[in-house]
Amino acid sequence: MGNLVSKLSLSRRDLLLLLAFGAAVLLMPLWLSPFGAAYPDLLQKFVIYAIFAVGFNLLFGLTGYLSFGHAAFLGAGSYAAVWSFKLLSMDALPALIFAVAISGIFALVIGYLSLRRSGIYFSILTLAFAQMSYNLAYSVLTPITNGETGLQLALDDPRVLDRALGPQPEGLPVPHLLGLELTGYTGFFFCALVLILAFYITVKIFSSPFGLMLRAIKSNQNRMGYMGFDTKPYALTVFVISGMFAGLAGALLAITDPLAGAERMQWTASGEVVLMTILGGVGTLVGPALGAVVIKYFENIFSAFNDQILSNAFAFVPEGLRETVVAIVGKFVGEGWHLTLGLIFVLVVVFLPGGIMEGIRRIMSLFRRAQRPAKGAPARIQPAE
Amino acid sequence: MFDAILLQFLNGLDKGGAYALIALGLTLVFGTLGVVNFAHGALFMLGAFCAVAFRQILTLETVTIDPTQLNPWGQPLEIRTPLVQGWFGDFGAVLVDWSVPVSILLAIPVMALLGIAFERGLIKHFYKRPHAEQILVTFGLAIVLQEIVKSVFGANPIPQPMPAALQGAADIGALIGLTPGVITYPLWRLVYFLFSLGIIGGVFAFLRFTTFGMVVRAGMADRETVGLLGINISRRFTFMFGLASVVAGLAGVMYTPLLPPNYHLGMDFLVLSFVVVVVGGMGSLPGAVAAGFLLGILQSFASMTEVKAIVPGIDQIIIYLVAVVILLVRPRGLLGRRGVMEA
Amino acid sequence: MSTTERNVVLHVDDVHKNYGGLHALSDIDLEIEEGKTHAIIGPNGAGKSTLLNVIVGRIPPSKGAVVFDGQVLTGKKPHEINQLGVARVFQTPEIFPELSVLQNVMVPAFAKRDGAFKVHMMRLLDSEAGIREEAEHLLADVGLHERRDTHAGALSRGDKRRMELAMCLIQHPRLLLLDEPTAGMSRHDTNTTIELLKKIKARGMTKIIIEHDMHVVFSLADRISVLAGGRVIVEGLPDEVRGNPKVQEAYLGGAH
Repeated sequence: MGNLVSKLSLSRRDLLLLLAFGAAVLLMPLWLSPFGAAYPDLLQKFVIYAIFAVGFNLLFGLTGYLSFGHAAFLGAGSYAAVWSFKLLSMDALPALIFAVAISGIFALVIGYLSLRRSGIYFSILTLAFAQMSYNLAYSVLTPITNGETGLQLALDDPRVLDRALGPQPEGLPVPHLLGLELTGYTGFFFCALVLILAFYITVKIFSSPFGLMLRAIKSNQNRMGYMGFDTKPYALTVFVISGMFAGLAGALLAITDPLAGAERMQWTASGEVVLMTILGGVGTLVGPALGAVVIKYFENIFSAFNDQILSNAFAFVPEGLRETVVAIVGKFVGEGWHLTLGLIFVLVVVFLPGGIMEGIRRIMSLFRRAQRPAKGAPARIQPAE
Repeated sequence: MFDAILLQFLNGLDKGGAYALIALGLTLVFGTLGVVNFAHGALFMLGAFCAVAFRQILTLETVTIDPTQLNPWGQPLEIRTPLVQGWFGDFGAVLVDWSVPVSILLAIPVMALLGIAFERGLIKHFYKRPHAEQILVTFGLAIVLQEIVKSVFGANPIPQPMPAALQGAADIGALIGLTPGVITYPLWRLVYFLFSLGIIGGVFAFLRFTTFGMVVRAGMADRETVGLLGINISRRFTFMFGLASVVAGLAGVMYTPLLPPNYHLGMDFLVLSFVVVVVGGMGSLPGAVAAGFLLGILQSFASMTEVKAIVPGIDQIIIYLVAVVILLVRPRGLLGRRGVMEA
Repeated sequence: MSTTERNVVLHVDDVHKNYGGLHALSDIDLEIEEGKTHAIIGPNGAGKSTLLNVIVGRIPPSKGAVVFDGQVLTGKKPHEINQLGVARVFQTPEIFPELSVLQNVMVPAFAKRDGAFKVHMMRLLDSEAGIREEAEHLLADVGLHERRDTHAGALSRGDKRRMELAMCLIQHPRLLLLDEPTAGMSRHDTNTTIELLKKIKARGMTKIIIEHDMHVVFSLADRISVLAGGRVIVEGLPDEVRGNPKVQEAYLGGAH
């Protein structure tokens, strides 16, 4: 243990957290099966969007800069990965590296411009840049993005590296990692390992002086200036890291399903990652990943509901009334899932700004207080004024 | 060449009018309440659906079967009569024809009530909270509103006809002495432009000539002081939100013949209206209006084939490009006051 | 008397500040000597805080310049001015309310070391033992050591100001600007703060102090400038200022 602590240069507490997180992620196929969510396609989505949310939280959670255009980096990562498949090789590694590099550069440019402003201006700028990218992807950039159809693999793609290494199999190839085909559970475990790596980096940032500086920026940016602190390079660095995480997630989306479309860049996708992060718990380590899993899980479950399933579920309700109940509930599931999501989101922002993690904390403290009634007043320090 | 330029200029006016109206409401809310309202686009969309709903109510039909007449397939003829026509006769038919403008009468109370309900029920709890949380909660509200509309009216755009009398085009060219028939301008666009001017004028007159408006303007200039004067600001806040909601709603109602509304219409316009507000200057009402028309016209010019040939795709991004340049070069916007939200 | 002999570290050179037609500051000339404590006093609205804001670069002057140690401060950004060795305690405490007291004091130490971006910032926070030790030491100095893990936002106003003082001291500034450091403090806290400031003085740090409390001013100041109506009306040693009729007039409301 001590050896690991020094090797990974983590505090004991962080190491335990990392191990627990890693175990929870890798064992997802087991503990999610009672929930009916243990099939590879969905599990892959869980971990990929967890990476996206964890990265978004690095920016928003630590510095308080609310980006409304993060999907642009996700989309850029996807396009870059598919191009790597088309031009270089079906191997996942070049695709990942290429995607992270491209999204990093993209984030550097957008971040440099957007971070000239803060507060709502920053949000509007990032939103404007993302919409601009989306519009471009649909129009002028069609040679790169293949417009509405989306970028896909083709039989006659060059794939220079693959072809140089040997004859190509018949039909469309599948993304692989050093020969191991990344489909089904193999694909999931690959994504899971990438998520654990991303989480490790996140833990490191949270517990470094860099992370402390970022939190100080969020707390009082003005003060930072008067103590000799040029906050711009710090904010830009975390913006780029955050954009690279998004690019990584985009690349994994392309690896598990090799196509990329412009809708990944749309503001709805940017909004989704904001929802995940807020729902899980902004500024916490685990919260955003949790939020991503919860939203993707319920999206999957709720979207599958139709009137038939609902009718069966409400079989106990007397005939006549049943149609009404089904009709009302039906508005909130299936196609109406986004309505439920929106409502939950509003409720969370109003009543539980800290998200699920704050909810857990509150319940825990209730629990503790109930256990030790003799201790009296909670140990919170009240302001003297 | 002059013809072409004039034509694009005219083409930009109606869209510019919509931008200006939405941006006006955004600015009113931001200037008085200090809230960045991501749900404002959804209010525009709700207005548009007021027109849709009104028309759907008007066109509820009774079906009577006349066994004495046969349709071409040999079955008894179904006679469909809109209820209003049954009740009011020809006036009912006129009502259906003019459904879009008439639905303003429905939209005003509906939008005002909705606006007041949102402000009282949700927004007022966020005055003191950080901008980021305001953005988040109004963003959530926007999602809820558009999903409700989607579940009631479906996901497809619902075209709204304009009154038959206004379906033609005005020969603007002939009016100013050019060759007739070169510059024709659809009448409804002209109506929309004049309508938006009327609303803008109304709002400005209200702010200029009423004591209520005076307090509001003072509040936009210096919120703290007005608060200190002991004026009951919270009721005014509610009113302003209601007003902004009505303005956005009316902009939406009248826009329906130009663009069949669907549930995500609001978000499309919201992003653009934010850009308009930023370009005009956060908190500046004249700035919002000027920038609205300016960007509408710019967008119209950018979609000229001659321009697109030089810079491909420019029509897609011109507005964002302008916003980015403005934010970086002149952060307070074209007409914004120094020091207001410049950071 | 030439400036080199007196070793002047800060020159305020003919500074003016106008807001529209209002002259907030006019003809301000100040010379602050190294290692000395210079107090700026004056009635409310005399322009004291404006002057301080001009010095740290928060407000650009309409005319004139501020020169610190041969470097023109005017036109520089706040963080650049700080990096030259100018730190400031604010009238209303400017702190990081969401961070712990200890973290509040550590941040400026990192800022001093890494103000420009450094890659080694990715190290583990716990491995920064040196900075942590110094921060704890300073917190003991200002009497906040026991509360080092408290959220700074939960401190009383007096404690916040003492913490802010520690935040400035950890940067070892050459010039420390104090804007009413004892405002809102009890008599006891005021005396502790005076003792603390005297201790710093022994370390040879130059200070500019704005203060209403004459007890504090005369306990600490080596030299006093009296500001009224945006002008320096009297400047001199504490004893010269104490009996000056002009000063009394200014305080009793004569001057504009």
